Amino acid sequence: MNRSTLSRVSAPAWRNAAGIALIAVLLFAVAPAVLSPFRLDLLAKYLCWAIVAVGIGLAWGRGGMLVLGQGVFFGLGAYAMAFHLKLEQAGPGGVPDFMGLYAGGQMPGWWEPFRSGPFTLLVILVLPPLVAAIVGYAVLKRRVKGAYFAILSQALAAAFAILLIGQIKVTGGFNGLNNFTTFFGYNLFLPENRLMLFQICSTILVLSLVLMALLYTSRFGELLIASRDAEERVRFLGTDPANVKLVAFVIAAFLAGIGGAMFVPVVGIVSPSNVDAVASIGLIAGAALGGRAALFGPAVGAVAVGFAQSRLSETFPGAWSYFQGALFVFIILLLPGGLASLTEKIGGLRRRRSPARPTQVEVAA
Amino acid sequence: MDAFLTPLFTGISIGSVLLLAALGLTLTFGQMGVINMAHGEFIMAGAYTAFLVQAIVPDDLSLLVALPVGFVVGGLMGLLLEATVIRWMYHRPLDTLLVTFGVGLILQQLARDIFGAPAKQVRSPGWLSGQVDILGYQWPVSRLFITALALVAVGLLTAALTYSSLGRSIRATVQNRDLAETLGVSTRRADRTTFFIGSGLAGIAGVVLTLVGSTGPNLGTSYIIDVFLVVVAGGIGQIRGTVIAAFGLGIVQSFLVQATNGSVAKALIFVLIFLFLQVRPQGLFAVRTRSLV
Repeated sequence: MNRSTLSRVSAPAWRNAAGIALIAVLLFAVAPAVLSPFRLDLLAKYLCWAIVAVGIGLAWGRGGMLVLGQGVFFGLGAYAMAFHLKLEQAGPGGVPDFMGLYAGGQMPGWWEPFRSGPFTLLVILVLPPLVAAIVGYAVLKRRVKGAYFAILSQALAAAFAILLIGQIKVTGGFNGLNNFTTFFGYNLFLPENRLMLFQICSTILVLSLVLMALLYTSRFGELLIASRDAEERVRFLGTDPANVKLVAFVIAAFLAGIGGAMFVPVVGIVSPSNVDAVASIGLIAGAALGGRAALFGPAVGAVAVGFAQSRLSETFPGAWSYFQGALFVFIILLLPGGLASLTEKIGGLRRRRSPARPTQVEVAA
Repeated sequence: MDAFLTPLFTGISIGSVLLLAALGLTLTFGQMGVINMAHGEFIMAGAYTAFLVQAIVPDDLSLLVALPVGFVVGGLMGLLLEATVIRWMYHRPLDTLLVTFGVGLILQQLARDIFGAPAKQVRSPGWLSGQVDILGYQWPVSRLFITALALVAVGLLTAALTYSSLGRSIRATVQNRDLAETLGVSTRRADRTTFFIGSGLAGIAGVVLTLVGSTGPNLGTSYIIDVFLVVVAGGIGQIRGTVIAAFGLGIVQSFLVQATNGSVAKALIFVLIFLFLQVRPQGLFAVRTRSLV
């Protein structure tokens, strides 16, 4: 990894605070005023991805772990929420409609607790980080890193999607779960409730940005970057970099789970195609575009990618694949620090006058 | 007896396909620390090559023509990828993964636009249609052909790497790039050759895959992760590790499928590889001379 392209020190606290305040104003005041309900709904969907991307920024940008399996944690949160919404729709004692189709109207016993809203919320908040802690502990403690880590996390997402498709009786299989009517008692079709969903997503995103700003300027944030750039040295200094990375990985999973859970009421469907290996890599795209190591890069990038995806697939179906492909090639190849590094690069060029190559600092493995 | 032999033979033939696909990947992965996600799309290109060759060459010969053509098509795509993108990204293995994933997305959509989304069927030649009796079990000749082909590919590749001067320069580059260069080995040439051969093998894997399934734009995606797992479990850049891991994965998977079902087996396979990497984080055989970031 080229260290010079990724930021090593955090921006001053006042700049972080100002940026978060600006985003909050944009989300809570400007967006509802200028966007049609339809566009606002779409923006809420991008915000769900942005919440996931903030976590990816922590794990990948700051921690150097290419997390290609975020779809798993996204999916755990999403399916837990979907179970609850299906049961809510079915009413007390009822059985979700799709089970009549695939499972002969039989509901497995372990679905029963999902009737309870608080239980569902607990699962959403606890299960993804718990799974991440187990997987991460096994992988990171054995010093599996770099390419191995990326491939394993991707395989995890693939296995998860195949499992979801296979367990059609409880997951709706390939088609996933859809046709939700209410969200904790609120009618999902009423405009004021759609606005409320948008506001919930905005609040979560702003809070997660605050969390990141605090983490990045803390000792933990410095240790995480140190673990990314010089793992051996961190180890020699008496800190186990695996622990530091593990915490980042678990927080990233926590955010992915919440993003997934909000995705379900906002979009109205969750299916294996939202969580599989390709979708998991797709979640990376936003963070890459915005700037993986910057505080606001991943979130802003995720919204931009979501916006581009909607626009492009509205006008030219199929063009999205080309665009997403080209995005990866150009951003990673030419601008590994994402758009966030653009200002720095331009400034650097102006200072040096001659467009010399950036110094390639290789990281000792 | 059947309960044992059937999954064993199925596993061997799954393993052969995995082996062909993984052989090229382990070569390019081990050589340059480059993770080529577009390898799956090179496999797809090989399969479409078989489909196109069939339109020109009579059925009985088309497979034999498609194999070398598929090798060249895959190889050239690999060369092109190396020359345009990958050569700028040495020592950034994680980034090559994302870049080549992007290339893969583009190639998939290209295939969808050229050939259409529905899967295409390639007819197997007549001389592969029979069955052979092995241990009282009727085994399709086409499956045996795939296994034989995979083993021949392993043999040829091993021989080329061991005995030819080009193979020696490739191995020298893998083991210590800087030292090899100091000794006058053209590492650029070694890189390009490796990529040509590795991607060419993907093309061959694609041609062979048309014997067992249909050809669609998502063909590569459905194989690439299994293939990566084979490479990781076998130890990156290790041909013998890849051979053992491919057959091992294929056989274990088909036994698991028999014991449970397809989707549970897939998840279990992941858990097994995961546990295996707990014991041997670097795969079956580790490259000790260079470490991947």
